Amino acid sequence: MRNLRIYGPLTLYGIFLLLPFYWMVLTTFKSNAELLNTPNPFWIVHGTFSHIVELLTTTAYLQWFANTLFVSVASTIVSVFISYITAYAIIRLRFPGAEVVSTAIFLAYIVPPAILFIPLATIIFQLHWFDKLWALVPIYCTFLIPFCTWLLIGFLKNIPRELEEAARIDGASNLAILWRIIFPIAVPGLISAAIFSFTLSWNEYLYALVYMSSSGNKTISVGMVTELIRGDVFQWGQLMAGALIGVLPAVLVYFFFVEYYVAGMSGSVKE
Amino acid sequence: MIQRSGLLSRLDSPRVLGYLLITPAAIILLGLLAYPLLLGVWLSLTSATLGKTGEFVGLQNYATILADPIFRGAAGFSVMYTVCAEIGKLVLGLALALLLNQRFRGYRASRALMLLPWVAPTVLSALAWLWLLDPQFSALSWLLIRLHLIHSNIDFLGHPWSARFSLIVVNIWRGLPYFAIGYLAGLQSISKDLYEAAAIDGAGGWQAFRRITWPLLLPITTILVAFSAIFTLTDFQLIQTITHGGPTDATQVFTTLAYQRAITGGQLGEGAAIAISPIVFMVVLAVIVVRSVRDR
Repeated sequence: MRNLRIYGPLTLYGIFLLLPFYWMVLTTFKSNAELLNTPNPFWIVHGTFSHIVELLTTTAYLQWFANTLFVSVASTIVSVFISYITAYAIIRLRFPGAEVVSTAIFLAYIVPPAILFIPLATIIFQLHWFDKLWALVPIYCTFLIPFCTWLLIGFLKNIPRELEEAARIDGASNLAILWRIIFPIAVPGLISAAIFSFTLSWNEYLYALVYMSSSGNKTISVGMVTELIRGDVFQWGQLMAGALIGVLPAVLVYFFFVEYYVAGMSGSVKE
Repeated sequence: MIQRSGLLSRLDSPRVLGYLLITPAAIILLGLLAYPLLLGVWLSLTSATLGKTGEFVGLQNYATILADPIFRGAAGFSVMYTVCAEIGKLVLGLALALLLNQRFRGYRASRALMLLPWVAPTVLSALAWLWLLDPQFSALSWLLIRLHLIHSNIDFLGHPWSARFSLIVVNIWRGLPYFAIGYLAGLQSISKDLYEAAAIDGAGGWQAFRRITWPLLLPITTILVAFSAIFTLTDFQLIQTITHGGPTDATQVFTTLAYQRAITGGQLGEGAAIAISPIVFMVVLAVIVVRSVRDR
């Protein structure tokens, strides 16, 4: 009875929450004929790899994949590094105005890209950053740095001060404490921040859509929507193959670090 | 103790080092966030188009969009979309958290799987939904016909109300895990003693929920809802991918309309005015978030 009361609703949630992913997998391996005419759309009779092969050989998908990977990894490294030193300065150095900076960072965290993308477009043009893939790195930092700094502020607050005081008595400089004492302890927090940054960058759409224009500079989401959807005839097999491969890196990183992920997610609402 | 040179030790003072360490973040956030925010306000007061700076026109753009039925429809649907989706996410997310909070076999695996919609790139899962909602080959229609609930395929995205409803469901689908994890953290911080005391006093499950769980979850509810509402109100990915604001602007929201007017149509000034207009709601939400975060 207790089992039914838990697993019953859980199954319903599972069906609702996982349906689109099941659908991606199914469509990826179904032949075109079967996609349009089948006795049961929820199963595959004859599987095929042709959609994946076509996607990888006839479209620029691999290029988009590489672009997304480059931008995500680079923005993650840059923003986690900058966020760590910023959070350290705010929490540990307590310079005059640290409180103000901390509030400003939080406010920056809740400014959605949706109200920035138009004026930012004119700035990108003036800087000649338009259609330059690396330009997405500083742009993504605008939402990653506030988020990571906020997460790391919460994390650094909980590290006891005694540690660095002991080091200070031994003559260690603030910079040495930043690298040798606090950094190793902060690693779990940095991992949380990095996973979130990677996922958020991998997920980004609006900025990449507006600021990248040539096929060679597009990310997966942008390339698929702007180049794989042509006219009214949708190549669903190819589209779902692309979606499935595009979802995989985010999901793999997530499964690998699921505990850090959950901790960061709960932390972001707690602090 | 090793004697450090004067310059180095001055560099290491909390004040100097503090300002040095925040400089990179300050440059990026001032240049690419604060400045564009102000520039957006300025742009919305000009007749700028793609390629032309335009002139100061005062509140002309705001007058134009307020008189535009498409903008008013977009504002209305943005609010409706946000309110309905937040209620759905709150109720279903809380229910999922209560479910996951009971220790059972497969707890970790279930929790990990339930988070997938939040982890997967939105545009890619939106494409899967687009295909699930296809007018001709929808698997959902197929299932409903098999269950004898409907007679012919539903054109989910072809009619204003079914399109609006579909988008709200997809938004709930994506945001529900965030609420579930937030609530799960909240539930796990509630002391078990409270429930034991309530049980001794003869309180049932529902009473315990109403008198203990819900009041203690209220602060986290405020943060989750206000936070999620800010990003739902300015959602772009789901709507742009699934309906583009159609059929005939029925599902247009602030961001999709701003994108279409400014980027596709080249009317930067008007687009900037549309993009900024949800700020009225967002300031209220931001104040709520900042206050509740500070209270904790």
